[in-house]
Amino acid sequence: YTPGTLDPGLILTPESKVINHNNFYEFGTNKTDPARNSQHLKTEPWTLTVEGEVEKPGTIDVWELMETAQLEERIYRMRCVEAWSMVIPWLGIELGPLLKKFKPTSRAKYVAFETLYDPEQMPGQKSRYLGGGIDYPYVEGLRIDEAMHPLTTLALGLYGKTLPPQNGAPVRLVVPWKYGFKGIKSIVKIRLVEKQPPVTWNILAPHEYGFYANVNPSVDHPRWSQASERFIGEGGAFSSSRQKTLMFNGYADEVASLYSGLDLRKYF
Amino acid sequence: MLKPGRKTSNTLRVCVHIGALAPLLWLYWAIPQGVLGADPVKELTHFLGIGALRLLLLTLCISPLARALKFGLLVRLRRPLGLWCFVWAALHFSTWLALDLTFEWSLIGEELIKRTYILVGLLALLLLLALAITSIPKLMRSMGKRWKQLHRTIYVIALLVCLHFWWSVKSGWIEPCSYLIIALYLLWLRRDSIMSYVHFKHRPVAHDNGASS
Repeated sequence: YTPGTLDPGLILTPESKVINHNNFYEFGTNKTDPARNSQHLKTEPWTLTVEGEVEKPGTIDVWELMETAQLEERIYRMRCVEAWSMVIPWLGIELGPLLKKFKPTSRAKYVAFETLYDPEQMPGQKSRYLGGGIDYPYVEGLRIDEAMHPLTTLALGLYGKTLPPQNGAPVRLVVPWKYGFKGIKSIVKIRLVEKQPPVTWNILAPHEYGFYANVNPSVDHPRWSQASERFIGEGGAFSSSRQKTLMFNGYADEVASLYSGLDLRKYF
Repeated sequence: MLKPGRKTSNTLRVCVHIGALAPLLWLYWAIPQGVLGADPVKELTHFLGIGALRLLLLTLCISPLARALKFGLLVRLRRPLGLWCFVWAALHFSTWLALDLTFEWSLIGEELIKRTYILVGLLALLLLLALAITSIPKLMRSMGKRWKQLHRTIYVIALLVCLHFWWSVKSGWIEPCSYLIIALYLLWLRRDSIMSYVHFKHRPVAHDNGASS
């Protein structure tokens, strides 16, 4: 694969923290639950269906893709809506060129994603208590221009290895200028659609989580400030540091133009 | 059967001190070891907050238990439990202040104004502080009847803390709801004394004229 470059001033979050601090409610709501409860997830074989407003709907064998695609390392900031952040070396492919192979029609205005629904393997889907009260399967969505943006990545690995189950094996979405929950994990279906699709956290708490979920230090979450974040690096509890949150998580130069004229306070 | 006496209550008091102190000593060891995970500040805040709530509910369990077991001396556990609850709550707040917001006063001020659930928690902590200070035996005696009135605010504190918890969680209502149900049950056990207190405070006339409302 092509190695990525670490922007000056960024520090990588240690691998052990990237794979042991996860929000993947399908395996429990505590940060350490996913690493503990997901190890038996059967990720082989795994297919990803692309359907909806496309001329050539079809199914991808994800493991075949992993072997044939030219994987790229992308070192991205990851900003969770809960005001913590990491820097993660992902391994994956750009989403846009992949979608184009299925020939989206002119009616394809949005892209809807869906996580595997398998309560037998995912205890959080079986029990409302373990799953944090979410209606599964987890669904996410992007506007078509966001999905086609060169920063938008389908990740198949991190730190030079295939994804561990807790990080969304075998295939997940990474949209670095949006809050982490947009990065839907263990994807089985991508559907191109005409209307804005429903998205999980927005269904659960519409006044707290919007469809766009762009990282924005000037629009607070109703219950906490988004102006700064706890960066998860090497240190422990007593060396924890807060840093300023950057507009579009530091990717404003690349993506701000997607939202010109959009009231980001209203469309948060 | 052996009647439980002072000796048993002394032993139980020692257990309360050990039970409340041991997890704090464990934290002293666990934090440098990284046991609290990748985002230890959040974990620590939550651990201390939940602990304080549990100690508060335990405090409220004591009098009903003493009555049920016919073991009056059990009420000697209320003071240490209540004081430990205050210590845990104060540590919970300090963690937020010092480790999460790292003493950034402008941010702290802004958060207190904007986030009502934090304000609710702070109010509960200040009330707990008042109870902790007035639990000094000397003050307790000199306050007489007013002491009992003041210490009844623990019922209000219990509700404030449950509200603070419920409001703070990102999703899932089952856990905060279970604590609230326990708190409401413990208050329901005292419904007569609470009602007479409310009645006495707001409708003093009712005593002279039972028929009026």
